[in-house]
Amino acid sequence: MMIFLDNLINGLSLGSIYAIIALGYTMVYGIAKMLNFAHGDIIMVGAYIAFCGLQYWNLPPVVAMLMAMVVCTLLGITIEGLAYRPLRQATSLAVLITAIGMSYLLQNLALMIWGANPKSFPGTFINSFTLHLGRLTISSATLITILANVVIMIALTLFTSRTKIGKAMRCVSEDRGAAQLMGINVNRTISITFAIGSALAAVAGVLLCSSYPILQPTTGSMPGIKAFTAAVFGGIGSIPGAMLGGILLGVIEIFGKAYISTALGDAIVFAVLIIVLLVKPTGLLGKPVREKV
Amino acid sequence: MSEEKLPLLKVRDLHVYYGAIHAIKGITLEVWKGEIVTLIGANGAGKSTTLNTIAGLLKPRQGSVALDGMPVGGSGASKMVYQGLSLCPEGRRIFQQMTVRENLEMGAFSRPNEEIAGSLEEMFQRFPRLKEREKQIAGTLSGGEQQMLAMARALMSRPKLLMLDEPSMGLAPILVDQIFEIIQELHRSGATILLVEQNAQMALSVADRAYVMETGVISMSGPAAELLQNDDVRKAYLGN
Repeated sequence: MMIFLDNLINGLSLGSIYAIIALGYTMVYGIAKMLNFAHGDIIMVGAYIAFCGLQYWNLPPVVAMLMAMVVCTLLGITIEGLAYRPLRQATSLAVLITAIGMSYLLQNLALMIWGANPKSFPGTFINSFTLHLGRLTISSATLITILANVVIMIALTLFTSRTKIGKAMRCVSEDRGAAQLMGINVNRTISITFAIGSALAAVAGVLLCSSYPILQPTTGSMPGIKAFTAAVFGGIGSIPGAMLGGILLGVIEIFGKAYISTALGDAIVFAVLIIVLLVKPTGLLGKPVREKV
Repeated sequence: MSEEKLPLLKVRDLHVYYGAIHAIKGITLEVWKGEIVTLIGANGAGKSTTLNTIAGLLKPRQGSVALDGMPVGGSGASKMVYQGLSLCPEGRRIFQQMTVRENLEMGAFSRPNEEIAGSLEEMFQRFPRLKEREKQIAGTLSGGEQQMLAMARALMSRPKLLMLDEPSMGLAPILVDQIFEIIQELHRSGATILLVEQNAQMALSVADRAYVMETGVISMSGPAAELLQNDDVRKAYLGN
């Protein structure tokens, strides 16, 4: 029973990280209608920036985290403006390939700047205490990760339902042309979406490396792919879907590794995705797209 | 029509291409303040293309659009509404997943927040059906209600010129009558409207003036009442 609870909490924690990354994927997809495969690598950049702040400049953890968020936000806006915006009218395949290229560019830049040797992410960041509940122990990293996820979810829901910019995002996501007729600047809205997604990626990067402290230029790839899977799993374009998909994916992965096979953990995750998509092609919370006649 | 010297909308020698296809071949038209002007013509004549170009959704290769004597266009569709042009697009294009209220609020995106409440009240008075459905998701409204919502949304920006693209499309005859009654009411309250319609009979009966479009050019123009009696127009567009 204790092992089960342990696994469940680990699953929720890993799932929360996937969920935060998946939010970036799903928002960008919903609003810009593109898959930003460089999103995973923004996580890696965020983690490296926080690493530098903590390791080399001895910044307080919160400052290091904020710095990572600022750098990633600027990076996201720059990538969107330089690489994706000129392709707004291009085929989706061209955009997809550009995104993959951007992913490799970021990885290789990181390789140039920080080298190929894995860095050990400072454990002191959010691993400050351990909570004991009977025989159950929960690390502060786990708690903070889950909490951060809940806060981000609530904040994003309020943002998209209450604020003018948030509502403008929903308009652009639904009908770009009609949104323009309302006076909504589509390019600016997409820019803001990338900014938010990238800031979240930075948070995810720091949380990820606090729990799994090995940092290298490819650190973002696998979580990026899995978060993309989570976004599709939950219904891409849907914010609650990304949240649900991320958490489920994390829990399935941990349980799969614990109870079925450690080696097959990732295979199980993707097998579940395939089954879900066979039964419900739009994902768990995805809405079927009505074709206009 | 008006004592002012300048027309509210002046479109001059507009040419629009879809790739190699020359869709609009030199259109010139004007709309004076307080008028309903209708653009009628068969499918594919270029009526919607003309409206979309005026609204900034399409870029003309040649020609100019001026509102109140000021050139508009070239800066994209999202700027147009700030200059006083509002298009209620073909197929309504309301935000299906948002509530009725949210749709109306988005219509006033270009205006300061504190002005929205007043206009919202005004729209609910003009369209009581929308008030009843305020919190409903727009995609669940009937076709007629969706058209009303689209028109109300376009009015929320307080446009100098309201452009309506096929407001009667896909509606039952009784709803078509209702929509045209609303158009006439708007007219009486002083709105300036550029109306594109396939239902030429209805359009001509509410409009002050009309332009007839044929494959990218204006083939006839004049007071709507005269065109309604014109034999060529009757044969081609009114079916008798």
